[in-house]
Amino acid sequence: MAAINILETKGLTKVYGGVTANSDVDFTLPTGKITALIGPNGAGKSTFVGMVSGRTEATRGQVIFAGRDISALPAHKRIQLGIAYTFQITSIFPRLTVHENVAIAARRLFGKKPAILASKITAALGKVDIADRADQIAGDLSYGHKRLLEIAMGLVQEPRVFILDEPTQGLAESEVAGFIALIKSLAGETTILLIEHNMTVVMGAADWITVLDQGMVLANGTPEEISENTAVQAAYLGKTDA
Amino acid sequence: MTVRRKSATLHLSVLAALVALFFILPPYHSGNLSRIMVLAIYAMGFNILFGYTGLLSLGHAMFFAAGMYGFGLSINLGGAPLPVAFLIGMASATALAAVTGFLALRTTGVAFMIVTLMFAQTAYLVVLYFGSYTRGDEGFVIQSAERMIFGIDLTTEGARYVTALLLFSACFLALARVIGSPFGRTLVAIRENEERARMLGYDTGVHKLKAMILSGLISGIAGAAYAMLFGYVGATFATVQYSIFPLLWVLLGGAGTTIGPLLGVFFMFYLIDFSSSVTTAYMLVAGVVLVLLTMFAPQGLMGEMRKRVFPWLP
Repeated sequence: MAAINILETKGLTKVYGGVTANSDVDFTLPTGKITALIGPNGAGKSTFVGMVSGRTEATRGQVIFAGRDISALPAHKRIQLGIAYTFQITSIFPRLTVHENVAIAARRLFGKKPAILASKITAALGKVDIADRADQIAGDLSYGHKRLLEIAMGLVQEPRVFILDEPTQGLAESEVAGFIALIKSLAGETTILLIEHNMTVVMGAADWITVLDQGMVLANGTPEEISENTAVQAAYLGKTDA
Repeated sequence: MTVRRKSATLHLSVLAALVALFFILPPYHSGNLSRIMVLAIYAMGFNILFGYTGLLSLGHAMFFAAGMYGFGLSINLGGAPLPVAFLIGMASATALAAVTGFLALRTTGVAFMIVTLMFAQTAYLVVLYFGSYTRGDEGFVIQSAERMIFGIDLTTEGARYVTALLLFSACFLALARVIGSPFGRTLVAIRENEERARMLGYDTGVHKLKAMILSGLISGIAGAAYAMLFGYVGATFATVQYSIFPLLWVLLGGAGTTIGPLLGVFFMFYLIDFSSSVTTAYMLVAGVVLVLLTMFAPQGLMGEMRKRVFPWLP
């Protein structure tokens, strides 16, 4: 039976010089669910997922993935274990084709089996609905399509945990609706950790929400609980007397 | 035709053309072509690191020289048979590339350029320091009697051309294969966006080190081949100038293309050959042409071809 929580952090802390970006974050990511990590600007969301994925070195604390302490592993080893990561600022291979972008992501797993590789790439491109653009140069895609390409690059790795850092940032309203549907369709196949500002997305897609504020966990709960939580409202609206 | 088919056809046509040229060209030009092919091996070695992995080394002369001295010294001082000496040349360059890569790859960008440049300067000074063995700037000649393999005299025009062509073909086809492999595609991914490649689960550090070792090995083969076919080993080949040459060749021919290095060397060789027959200021002519090319074809000859006509070029 799968563990209840595929990923946990204990006391995860990051100090930059004298600034504490995250302090003692204890976090759990329930298996197979969509969890949103929200919080005002500067709450330390990106630093936190950076430490989870291994991009950012933690000052102290533990990251436990599928029961294994991965705190000491470099980023590429964590990703090999099944953690996929999409960047907050779109990061693709702009001079290569859309197909090749996804192929690079897929080859690490399926590089030795060309037939499977090809079908996995086609499936991933189809899933995000950009299969008709496979031969385009990735840098020529519209912003929205680049974001979809990043998601295809994540999906093709068949990750156990898929971290999406502000995936709807800069998307048009119409694209956001499509995005929510896409994310929801992935639930069950993988566990999703969504870092998101857009409350429509959070409330529409997430099963569970963790709120960070000033580098600390402020609250955990279902979307309903969070939207009624006065401390969360205070953090977002800047009230101090809540 | 599939891309794989097209590139196989292209590579084999280049080799067929080189075979045909031997029969067509007068001896002067076929002699030049032997030299061009050996230098093109060097350029291809450089291209692996610069063109495909995106790492600019300014110290590749040390790998060329390592191959050259490893080969030459083991014949002249060690009395090794030619094939063994060739292997020693290859091993020297590979070992040097492994050590240099291990240390220099801790840096990136400009720092990597400077560190590799410094390593190469050290290698050059080492050659001079051990002048009693290497004969320093003056260099030494490998006697014609030593340059025999399986009873074939490598100093004759025909044998030299065939040997150069065989070595060139082996490196050319092997590298084309590497570039098409998952390993080669990952090098391109690192060149395009290293952080993204790392966050797709690739150990970019190991990939870069492997690229450096492969690059050093190929450059070393070129150095050993040069000494074997032209019979001379000298410290000139360890100077900065010989680290800059492959950069120019590759930029001219098209960085990150499989046939760019050959074209780059060919173009540059004949540019200097032709302009020096016209004027003593031949370096000025070469310089002007280089400036024009970088202005109007910044991706090199084959890079422009890929951009405009053949997007599938490997």
